[in-house]
Amino acid sequence: MQDLPKRFETYSEARRNGFLKIRDLKEQAGKHVVGIFCSYTPVELITAAGAVYVSLCGSSEDGIAEAEKYLPNNYCPLIKSSYGLAVSDSCPYFYFSDMIVAETTCDGKKKMYELMGRLKPTHVMALPHNPSLESSENLWLSEMYRLKEALESQFNVAITEEDLKAAIHQKNLERQAMVKLYEIGKLKPSPIRGYELNDIVSASSFIFTGEERLALIEERRQQLIADYETNYKGKASPPRILITGCPVTGVSDKVLKEIELQGANVVAFENCSGPRTQSDLVDETIDPYKALAKRYLGISCSVMSPNPKRLETLASMIEEYQIDGVVEVVLHCCHTFAAESFGVKEFVRDKLGIPILSITTDYSKGDSGQIATRIGAFIEMLQLNLG
Amino acid sequence: MKQYAVGIDIGSTCAKAVVLEPSGNIVRRLVQPTGWSSADTAQQIQTQLSEFIPQADIAATGYGRVCVPYAHKQITEITCHARGACALYGEQTLTVIDIGGQDTKIIRVEDGRVADFLMNDKCSAGTGRFLDVMAGTLGLAPEELYALAARGSGVHISSMCTVFAESEVVSLIGSGEEKENIAYAVVDSIVTKVAAQAARLLPTEGPVCLTGGLCQAQVLVDALSGVLKRPVLTCPDGRYAGAMGAAILAGGFSSGLSR
Repeated sequence: MQDLPKRFETYSEARRNGFLKIRDLKEQAGKHVVGIFCSYTPVELITAAGAVYVSLCGSSEDGIAEAEKYLPNNYCPLIKSSYGLAVSDSCPYFYFSDMIVAETTCDGKKKMYELMGRLKPTHVMALPHNPSLESSENLWLSEMYRLKEALESQFNVAITEEDLKAAIHQKNLERQAMVKLYEIGKLKPSPIRGYELNDIVSASSFIFTGEERLALIEERRQQLIADYETNYKGKASPPRILITGCPVTGVSDKVLKEIELQGANVVAFENCSGPRTQSDLVDETIDPYKALAKRYLGISCSVMSPNPKRLETLASMIEEYQIDGVVEVVLHCCHTFAAESFGVKEFVRDKLGIPILSITTDYSKGDSGQIATRIGAFIEMLQLNLG
Repeated sequence: MKQYAVGIDIGSTCAKAVVLEPSGNIVRRLVQPTGWSSADTAQQIQTQLSEFIPQADIAATGYGRVCVPYAHKQITEITCHARGACALYGEQTLTVIDIGGQDTKIIRVEDGRVADFLMNDKCSAGTGRFLDVMAGTLGLAPEELYALAARGSGVHISSMCTVFAESEVVSLIGSGEEKENIAYAVVDSIVTKVAAQAARLLPTEGPVCLTGGLCQAQVLVDALSGVLKRPVLTCPDGRYAGAMGAAILAGGFSSGLSR
C-alpha cells in the first residue's frame, strides 16, 4: 500500500477522489504504473513490460504558480502545469507513477524533464526531428531498444517479442475504434459536440486496460449513431469547425465550449486529440521494433522539421469532414506551433479558400471575453458566407 | 420593417448609439462614457432614445452588448464595424482599422462581408487606453496631447507594455524632455504597433479606413498614413461605425446607404 501525499486532507474533493481511485486501481491491478505525457510514447512497450500507462495532468491552471518557482514565467502553460502539478503532489497519476517515460519533443519539455528527473525515475527518449531521414529512423529504432532495456531493468522483467506483438495488436484495435469514433464527426449534422469528443479522448487515457478503453469508446459510438438517426439526420448543419494546433484540453472551456455555445459545431481535431495520433497503425507484419519506430516517427507534430504531413492532413480532413472554418489554437510560448501558424494560415486561407481564426492563449481566464468576441465574429462571418 | 433601426455600441471606454431611418439617414447620435456599469449605461441610452425605441429594431454590439436587455440582437463589434465602415465610406471592399479602448482590430472586408480579421492579444499597447494613460501621466486631455504631438519629434518609447511605457514617460519627464516630444513619442508608439498589426492583413491595394474614437486625432491619422504609405480615410462619424453597423444589421437595411 502506498501512502497518500502529506497535504492530502487539504485537497479538493475531486482531487482527493482522483488519488483514491488511482491508488485502488493500482492495488487491484497489482501492476506498475508508467506516467506519460505525449503521443510519441510507444505505449506498446510499456504494456509488454506488464505495466500500465497513464497520461499525466497538464491541463489545469492550478500547477502554474508552483511551476514558476522552478521554470521561467514565459513558458508554455502545458509544460508549467505538468511540472507544477507533479512537483506539488497534486497530480494523482504522477504521484502513483513508478516511472516516467518522456521524449525530447520540444525544447520546453525536454528541459522540464531534466528537472522532473529529480522527482521520479524519468526515461527521456531522444526523438529525432526530421522524419524523412534514414538516420532519424535508425536513431528512433535504437531508442525503442533503449526504452525496452530501461523498462526491463526498472521493473525487473523481460519483454518478449510475443508480449510486444500482443500489445501492438491490442493497441491497433483501440486506435481503429478511436478513429471510428472521430469519424462520427463526418456525419452532417454531427451528433457529437467537440467538447465531448475531446473529453472522451482525455478520459479514455485514464482507463487502465485496453479492453475497458475499447468498450467505452464503442459504447459511446453506438449511442451517437442512434442519436444521429433519431435526432439529427436530414436536418440543417451549423457551421462546421476543425480545430488545429496545440492540445486544447486546458483551454476547452474558453475555446471549444465557446464555439459551440455561439452556434457552430466542432466536428474534427487536427491536433493531439484527433486522428493525427491515431490514424496510422503499427505494421503487424514486420519486426515489431521497426514497426513501432516507423509508426511513431510518422506523427505530424510541429516539433518535426520539415513537417509537410500536417498540411496534407489538414487538406484531407477539411474535405472529408466538410469543414466551413478552421480555428487554430496556439498556446503561449509554443514556438513550433506558433511558427507553423503563418504557413498554416497561408495554406488554409489562400490555397484551400477556407476561413481560419488564429487564437493565441494560455490557461488563465483573463482573455475569455476577447476570445469569445473573436469566436463570435468568426462564426458571424461563416454564417454570412453560408447563408 | 419598423420605422427606425437603433444600434448601440457599448465599448470599454465610450458607449455610442445611432438611430437610422430606412433611407440610412442618421436621425440621432449619442455618445457617453461607459462608466463602471454597462447595464446602467444601457438604461440611460434607453431613456434618451425613448421616443424611437418602441418603433425600432435594435441591435447591441461592443464588449457590453450582453448588458442591453432591450436589444433584439447581439452582434460582435467586428461584424458591426465592417458593415458600418462600408456605409460611412461608401465602399464595399476595404480594410478597416478600429483603434478601440481596449483592443485594436484590423478587418478585411470584401464585397461588404468580413473576409478576415485580427485583434491584438490581451495587451493594451496600441489601443486607446494606452493613449488615455499616457495623456493622464502628462497631465493632458487627449485633445491637448494630439495638438502637442503635432509639434514634437525625435523621441521614441520602446516598451511594449503600457505599465512599463508609463515608467518610460515618467523618466522622460524627469530628464527634462520637451512635453511635445513626449506627446509625439506616445502617438508614434501607437501608430507603430497598429501598423505592424495591420501589415499582417493589409492587401496591397484598396482603401484603408479608420473607425473608432481616434478618428478625431488628425496627427495620428497622418502618422498612420505615413507608416502605411497610403492614405488612411477618416470621417467625422467614424466613432459611430460600430453603432451604425449594428443599426444597419438590426433593421435589415441595405448597406448601400446614402450618407
